[in-house]
Amino acid sequence: MHELGIAASVLQEAQQEAQHHPGARLRKVKLRVGEFSGVNPEALSFSFEVLVRDAGLELLQLEIETCPRRQRCPACQRTFTVADYDLRCPSCGTAETEFAGGDELELASLEMEDYEPSAAGAKSS
Amino acid sequence: MSQVPLERKVLSENDRIAAELRRRFADQGVLCLNLISSPGSGKTTLLERTLEAFPASARVAVLTGDIQTENDAARLRRFGFPVRQITTGGTCHLDARMIERALADWHSVSYDLLFIENVGNLVCPASYDLGEAAKIVVLSVTEGEDKPLKYPAIFLKSKLLVLSKIDLLPYVPFDISAAEHNARRVHPEIDVVKLSCVTGAGLEQWQSWIEERRRELQALRGALVT
Repeated sequence: MHELGIAASVLQEAQQEAQHHPGARLRKVKLRVGEFSGVNPEALSFSFEVLVRDAGLELLQLEIETCPRRQRCPACQRTFTVADYDLRCPSCGTAETEFAGGDELELASLEMEDYEPSAAGAKSS
Repeated sequence: MSQVPLERKVLSENDRIAAELRRRFADQGVLCLNLISSPGSGKTTLLERTLEAFPASARVAVLTGDIQTENDAARLRRFGFPVRQITTGGTCHLDARMIERALADWHSVSYDLLFIENVGNLVCPASYDLGEAAKIVVLSVTEGEDKPLKYPAIFLKSKLLVLSKIDLLPYVPFDISAAEHNARRVHPEIDVVKLSCVTGAGLEQWQSWIEERRRELQALRGALVT
């Protein structure tokens, strides 16, 4: 259960980035988590919820895109998604294909709501 | 709403320290191997047999991680080589900073082979690069042969699978060829060594595998110098 530590890193990175955008309010963190990353997305989401609540940032959401394993075929150059550990190229049948993704644990982007002092009180969507 | 693209790894700080350690190991000609398994698969026993076989002049050192106790370090120190325990105090894996700290004041210790025995856990250690040349996953025959499919990340990231305790095969319903097959479904290129620390079977292959990695490292260094 190392998801709490990973959630803390995610929150820290997001907050550091937010400092470069004074006045903007952090609303969403988008992550990419590979099926082969060794990280459980549910445990990560739960940990993140606990941390943002503790930090008084309840409005901050975590969005996780799970990424399946991909392989690349050296013969026909096609990159394909792997189902049920079948690593053969679906186009040309080549058995020996190369790992091409599925272990990512990446911060993709942040969504921020711009804070406009002049518009304060006049709620915009 | 405005979008700010980040496109960076979550564990970038760990990876930065790991890259620094890897560079340092390469500069100093140190082969670093990171052993990972469930608790009780026999990592410490394998290291005992490994250290026992080295001559006293061998420049080998061990960092051993556990949540609590110095027990493993005490077991491994009996062979006269430098051993340091890292107690994580609850953390379920070692990270690169723990390795950096453990090595920081080890200036007087000279080694060209460093074993890291990770905390017994087949999940979390897979996510943390420690700057090692290779991760090694140990699976004992008293576990399930479907573990590579249940915990694929570590089998994907390991260069070598050690199937341990093979002396127990007559007494347990473990299908060793299925275990190997499952590991290769996840990672077709993974090397496999089957061994028993009780009978000594397979230990020679284990030692040759390590020697092969040392030769590779030396060849790589030679290529960089010339």
